[in-house]
Amino acid sequence: MSDLATPAPPAPVPGSRSGAVVALRNLSVAFDGPPVFAGITFSVGPAETRILLGPAGVGKSVLLKLIIGLLRPLDGSVVLFGEDISQMPEQELFPLRARAGMVFQEGALFDSLSVRDNVGYQLLQEGVSDEEIDHRVREELHFVGLDETFALFPPSLSGGMKRRVAIARALIHQPELILYDSPTGGLDPVTSNTIIELIVKQRDVRKTPSLLVTHRLQDAFTLCNHRYDPEQERMVPLPEGQFNPDTTFLMLDAGHLIFDGSLHELVHSQNQFVREFLE
Amino acid sequence: MATNRIDRRAKEIVLTLQEYSLFAARALLNLVRPPIYWTDFLMQSDIIGVGSIPIVILSGFFTGGVLALQSSATLSAFGAAVVTGQFVSLTMVRELGAVLTGIMVSGRNASSMASELGSMVVTEQIDAMRALGVDPMRKLVTPRVVSSVIMLLLLTIIADFFGIVGGAFVTVFLNHQNGTQYFHMAYEHLRYPDIIQGLVKPVCFGYIIASIGCFYGMRTSGGTEGVGRSTIAAVVNSSVLIIAVDFLVTHLLLWIFPS
Repeated sequence: MSDLATPAPPAPVPGSRSGAVVALRNLSVAFDGPPVFAGITFSVGPAETRILLGPAGVGKSVLLKLIIGLLRPLDGSVVLFGEDISQMPEQELFPLRARAGMVFQEGALFDSLSVRDNVGYQLLQEGVSDEEIDHRVREELHFVGLDETFALFPPSLSGGMKRRVAIARALIHQPELILYDSPTGGLDPVTSNTIIELIVKQRDVRKTPSLLVTHRLQDAFTLCNHRYDPEQERMVPLPEGQFNPDTTFLMLDAGHLIFDGSLHELVHSQNQFVREFLE
Repeated sequence: MATNRIDRRAKEIVLTLQEYSLFAARALLNLVRPPIYWTDFLMQSDIIGVGSIPIVILSGFFTGGVLALQSSATLSAFGAAVVTGQFVSLTMVRELGAVLTGIMVSGRNASSMASELGSMVVTEQIDAMRALGVDPMRKLVTPRVVSSVIMLLLLTIIADFFGIVGGAFVTVFLNHQNGTQYFHMAYEHLRYPDIIQGLVKPVCFGYIIASIGCFYGMRTSGGTEGVGRSTIAAVVNSSVLIIAVDFLVTHLLLWIFPS
């Protein structure tokens, strides 16, 4: 049995993880109206994968953008890589953001650039040599299984391929944190499974901490009860009743964080909304 | 209720002006500190400058031609058809070359900047750029503003030249007057203050075109419909501002260099 798989452990106390990569404290956000959410507190620890669940429109994507300072909170603090970024000037945020990777909902690839230039965008801006960029881009494209797209442009890619290129772009700089914004939204089940397999591979092979937003329970459960087998080079299910201890859940509803815990606690939660969501 | 609406609208206008002023200032201040994206600067110079050459040549040539036609008819009544060259060259160099080029480039490039950046905003490409640690103001806005200023200056010189050539064409082939006399009058009466006036204006217009195009593009909201709104606002506001600034700059330069 893999050491990744353990029976249900006790849930950590929200926001108490030491050395957290990201820590949110009493976060509130509003856009010209009542708060989108208030009092949000949680953290993401090293090598931890957190899955943020919630109905559409509840503010999950907003929360991801807050974490890397693309939006500003109304109140509370966001600590990213040990630095409070909630009031940090934009110019000081760029180096911090470069240490994180974000996969946007629709990929957000640059239409006018080739796949090679999209994936190697950060390296291009840093003035890395062309040979080095080509090598690292090919490596990342191989990781996401899209070697043949090197010279193509985003408009000629399918929705699933765009997401995988976006994942390759987020990974090329070996980020210390990855944020996935609904990476399987709007995709067919087969393509969704390919994306989830990539996320599991990233989690188990490179051990990068991540926060994944989704409203698809099936994807969340697959992440929790599968592991990546390097020998078979594919994702395999964990034995019945076991799940990845570093993959835990958060749930947002009506502007509040209503759940923070493990899969075991999620499925046994007595919260009315959690039960309805699971059913 | 009506006063509330007026009050809200007035506040929106003041806020927009404040945001635009900060935006336009930052676009230039970015030149002081690295990184400066020289490759993007060259690419934008090609798009804005080289791409606009055909429309600037055509509009300059035909404007010069129309000026020669109209002025010749009026000047003939006073027996002064001989000064057609002077009239065309002074009008083109001091005024029409810069304004026409500004309006033409505004229609072509302020719209393209607003729609391109607006599309990038609504498809989260701008957010993706920021998330990748790259400042969109430095990467997208500053190269467009600087390229626009330099290219508009060069395009105005081209428009002036072809305007005078257009006037010569009409003078020689339609009005059957002496071409040498036309060019002699066109050249002889041009003074340095006229040329300075003609070259200061495109610098202001280039800044207006790019800063307004980028400003409306970067504050786009509301999906593809919002991109359309931004494009219209960019073209309308930059065109109106070009004419308003032309009046102010002309007034200022005539005060500095009285004729």
